[in-house]
Amino acid sequence: MADAAVLHAPITRKVPGRFWIVPPAALLALLFFYPLVLIVQQAFTDDSGMANVAEFVRVLHARFFLNALINTITISVAATAGCLIVGLVLGLILAFVPFPGSGVIARLIDTFIALPTFLVTLAFTFLYGSAGMLNAGLMEIFSLQAPPVNFLYSTWGVVLAEVTVYSPFVLRPLLAAFSLVDRGQIEAASVLGARPFRIVRQVILPAAVPALIAGGSLCLLLTVNEFGIVLFIGAKGVITLPLLIYSKAIQESAYQVACIIAVINIALSLGLFGLYRFAAGRLGA
Amino acid sequence: MLVWSRPGRILIWAVFALLFGVLFLAPLAVILLSSLADQWNGVLPSGLTTEHYSDVVQGAAWKAVKASLVTGFLASALALVSGTWAALALRIQDATLARVLGVLFFIPSAVPSVSVGLGLLVAFSHPPLLLNGTIAIVMVAHFVLISAFTFGNVSAGLARLSPDFEQVASSLGARPAYRLWHVTLPLLTPYLVAAFGLSFALSMGELGATVMVYPPGWVTLPVSIFSLTDRGDVFAGAALTMVLVAVTLILLLGLERVAGRQTRS
Repeated sequence: MADAAVLHAPITRKVPGRFWIVPPAALLALLFFYPLVLIVQQAFTDDSGMANVAEFVRVLHARFFLNALINTITISVAATAGCLIVGLVLGLILAFVPFPGSGVIARLIDTFIALPTFLVTLAFTFLYGSAGMLNAGLMEIFSLQAPPVNFLYSTWGVVLAEVTVYSPFVLRPLLAAFSLVDRGQIEAASVLGARPFRIVRQVILPAAVPALIAGGSLCLLLTVNEFGIVLFIGAKGVITLPLLIYSKAIQESAYQVACIIAVINIALSLGLFGLYRFAAGRLGA
Repeated sequence: MLVWSRPGRILIWAVFALLFGVLFLAPLAVILLSSLADQWNGVLPSGLTTEHYSDVVQGAAWKAVKASLVTGFLASALALVSGTWAALALRIQDATLARVLGVLFFIPSAVPSVSVGLGLLVAFSHPPLLLNGTIAIVMVAHFVLISAFTFGNVSAGLARLSPDFEQVASSLGARPAYRLWHVTLPLLTPYLVAAFGLSFALSMGELGATVMVYPPGWVTLPVSIFSLTDRGDVFAGAALTMVLVAVTLILLLGLERVAGRQTRS
């Protein structure tokens, strides 16, 4: 590795160091790409070991699969929209209407990226669950018999949890983009009488579009793949593709069905990954 | 400053406080509160206790902390070596190949973690590569999932490195191995520490792949938090979550200080 790594030749030469890439590439091939190929192979092979698409087609038309696919896409799109709105509002305030301590708050929000996603779901059960603080309060005040707030165990509970977890992924590139906006331009516009809303629309937003696209496509990818939040909410009606893979493989030992769903989930994720790379490439990140 | 009038600014800050409070502050506060809650039937807990923490420390939870730390350390260390190796080796490939390989090294971060776990089960359940049922399969799953982040961090660091130092070193006659060890890697150290910290944090919170592959006897923190809350033992689950958060934050802050000292010296 040593020789290869530092031969930073400006002219591409045939150096033996080019083979230094082989060990890490081989490791990744064995531990990641080989299992990936086996998933695809298993998805299209029947019990006798022959290539067969019948099972694949059957799963594709099955009710449980279609429900999970629709749930996954609905949750992902709604949560991404939420992340964009929350990220934009928080970012605008942190960057352009700062308050004492706003830097600390921005860093605190940033650390959410490093925390496990299911933490938020667990917290939400204490806040909005059927025996949670909100319901207990409302039942006490209005002397109700049943908990009035039930959104947690629906699609919207998952969406709200994902907005909390993933809006920092929009906020981070957005704050970077905002830091490049010329403050003089904003002050000039406001001295000339432009109202804040107009400055946001005409000066700030155009500078933020690439960051919004990059952050938004990353959110789409991460929310499609999200597992912990959905598992912890554990609502019968909210099954997404990753959760379906888990329950088919681990709880029902139906490995071929799990592989078929995984193939579709991976294809969806790779498509979104392509979108993110394209967007981030245009951002220059 | 976008808004000049005082009432306007206060209104906007109120909106911020509401969003921040509901989305970020309330979840953290309520996890902390519930981990200390005695009984909780009303709006607030009826009393506070540290019982859940002492249960957690005495019980199987201590094993979970150990399993998570060992897994996180080994997987992050392997990811650091392989990610740094790959990023350095990619610099001497020609541009097209480097771009293609760069994308391939990133792809594990795009694939759902549950599928990574499923793939490992399918691939490594038969001899000669029998990993299923061993601790190694958990390490491998974590390594695969975090390798892309380490590779990305180190690549970003390399791209920002000024080539001058390396050129000066080689014009002074430094051999490639010497240059790597005494010039390039020391310059990269802050990025390596940051990459290690991020992958460690990701590994500590990993659930999707772990829940697919973990053998009995190697239950990581997230998996044991899930089985606690699934059984209805939510307070112990909250206490264990606080342990996870604390360990993660201490690790991140500690590594940040190490990285800060490295850049200053």
